[in-house]
Amino acid sequence: MREKIKRNDVYLFLVIAFAAFFLFFWRSCAASGRGTAAVVSRNGETIGSYPLHTDGRIVLTGDGGGRNVLVIRDGEAYMEEADCPDKLCVKQGPVGKNGESIICLPHKLAVQIIGGETGEADVLAR
Amino acid sequence: MKNKIAYMGLFLSFALILSYVESLVPFYFGVPGVKLGLANLAVLLALYRYGWKEALALNLARVFLSGFLFGNLFMVMYSLAGAAGSFMVMCLLKRAKGFSIIGVSMAGGVCHNIGQILVAYFVTRTAGVAFYLPVLLAAGLVTGLLIGLLAREAAKYMGKEFVKNL
Repeated sequence: MREKIKRNDVYLFLVIAFAAFFLFFWRSCAASGRGTAAVVSRNGETIGSYPLHTDGRIVLTGDGGGRNVLVIRDGEAYMEEADCPDKLCVKQGPVGKNGESIICLPHKLAVQIIGGETGEADVLAR
Repeated sequence: MKNKIAYMGLFLSFALILSYVESLVPFYFGVPGVKLGLANLAVLLALYRYGWKEALALNLARVFLSGFLFGNLFMVMYSLAGAAGSFMVMCLLKRAKGFSIIGVSMAGGVCHNIGQILVAYFVTRTAGVAFYLPVLLAAGLVTGLLIGLLAREAAKYMGKEFVKNL
């Protein structure tokens, strides 16, 4: 009945919160800044790569014949339409930061933003 | 226990109403996979009233029913993966004794989101989905905490007789 929050609950909260913060900072250190290209893969195989500085409208064919329309505009990519049932990829809106991705699970499609400032710096260093 | 089948029916309809409410209100936080997980409230209460077998039956029934009522086959498969991981961890933590219903619920929320990330990985074979892990961990923690607090308050009003294992 009058059950209080136990000590282990607090530990659990702290551990997970710490893990989330740690991963978040690690992620922001590892990859940051604007992306340079959108890489599209289906079933894990890359089927196309599109530079973010060129506006365009790409019709993608997903697994099972699904149709997705990817639009690239002003350095960002977003899913304009999809014929999957949940349309989570469309709702997600634009992505443009290095590491971000749009996933369309029903069609097994993934759009991943790559590049960014760290990538270019590496090339220059070499 | 008397009237168990009737109460299980009530639990199931409670879970379905919560799923319906969640499908009506677009709790969309801008990150794929983040959900409030309201239906877990019914699962938690059933877990504490009866035990893992009954809660498992309730959980399976609500995933299939709500999936087909408010979604589709794909959503059923997707949420089964989240529900399976979350349910196992909740049962284990409950048995571990050191956690209250709030801790159990938090762990459930976090594991649900980890399960969904794993599904996203296995379906798309893209390691990039891990990008969303920190956000999903934090989101699962917060939604789990909220659902846990709600479950504790609800159990308080239902009374000692009703939720006896709390």
